Amino acid sequence: MDKIPILKMGSFLLVTIQVDLYDRLALNLEADLIRMVDKTGAKGVLIDISAVNIVDSFMGRILGNIASMSRILDAQTVVVGMQPAVAITLVELGLPLNGVRTALNVEKGMALLQSMIPPGSGDEEITEDDHISV
Amino acid sequence: MTLDASKIFQKKKQQILETWIKNQLANDALREDLISSEEARTQSEELLDALVNRLRAEKEGASLADGFDPVLEYLETLSITRARKGYSPRETGAFLFSLKNALLKTLSEEIKDDPKGLYEESQKINNLMDDLTIASFETFIKGREEVILRQTDEIAEISTPVIRMWDGILALPIIGTLDSSRTQVVMENLLSQIVETGSSIAILDISGVPAVDSLVAQHLIKTVSATRLMGAECIISGIRPEIAQTVVHLGIDLSGIVTKSSLASALNYAFTALRMEVRKVRTETK
Repeated sequence: MDKIPILKMGSFLLVTIQVDLYDRLALNLEADLIRMVDKTGAKGVLIDISAVNIVDSFMGRILGNIASMSRILDAQTVVVGMQPAVAITLVELGLPLNGVRTALNVEKGMALLQSMIPPGSGDEEITEDDHISV
Repeated sequence: MTLDASKIFQKKKQQILETWIKNQLANDALREDLISSEEARTQSEELLDALVNRLRAEKEGASLADGFDPVLEYLETLSITRARKGYSPRETGAFLFSLKNALLKTLSEEIKDDPKGLYEESQKINNLMDDLTIASFETFIKGREEVILRQTDEIAEISTPVIRMWDGILALPIIGTLDSSRTQVVMENLLSQIVETGSSIAILDISGVPAVDSLVAQHLIKTVSATRLMGAECIISGIRPEIAQTVVHLGIDLSGIVTKSSLASALNYAFTALRMEVRKVRTETK
């Protein structure tokens, strides 16, 4: 059974999808990812789909779901590196993924996530604790 | 069988030609603005020659396909040339029908005492000329379609340049009406350029789009959504007041899209978004 690795980078989770997603894999990813967000208290999720060439409405919905679920758990989702053909397909399918933030590549996605997370949250909790204790 | 239309035509060729030219002049089909009367005369003469030769060859027993080709070929060239020169199909049709009239008139003058023979020969000529006219129409349309196809190709080629305005800013001026196939080309060009240059802002300038209806707006929204999915921002600029009016009257919702009235203000917005500023150089005064 394939599994898509979910990497933790500071207060963000990094998911790189390097195979074409079939439905079961996508559902597993959704479940795993949400569990990880909950477990690590991540503030942001970055999904890199630059290697995904084929997308269908199900896959589009899963991406939207992940974004909405993460938001409920107080994490921002950024999808990066979408191929032109994939973008056109999603638009033609009528799935403009309105709730999902996007960026051109991982670098820009990280910058976007960092700008979205308000200072004083995530890793900086320790400093806050310091303040309280002083 | 004493009747021989081809011989009659051979004998009366000059007369037929005169009648034909007269018919053409009466018919307004000569179009002296497009073709000189000498040229029209030469064309008519050559066509008539080919036709008479073909009738004679047929009479002598040559197979139909062999005899037919020169006439048809000449007619096709003629028809295409005329199509390119801007003749209407009606004029080319009239050109041939006036020949038919001239032929039939000569026949009826020559064959006076044999109604049955006259009818048969007339019928034959009639069918032949109808076939030729249909063929000329087909080539005419083919010629016109070639022109249209070539122009469509040219338009498609020139219409979608993606301009790199600044590091990270692309612009795409759209000239002419946006239909589905053009939107597809525009979208693909824009998206592939975004990937190639790593630009984060794309400006879609629609000052050259004559009208925006709900379909065009739909195409624009699609392009903007696709750009957004790629992770870039898309600004629509060059919206004229009339277009703004139409968009609102049609009830099209552009609220999710950044729109600017001019390319300059769109560029300004892009600079601000990229945290850049354009400054006037202060000259040192001494």
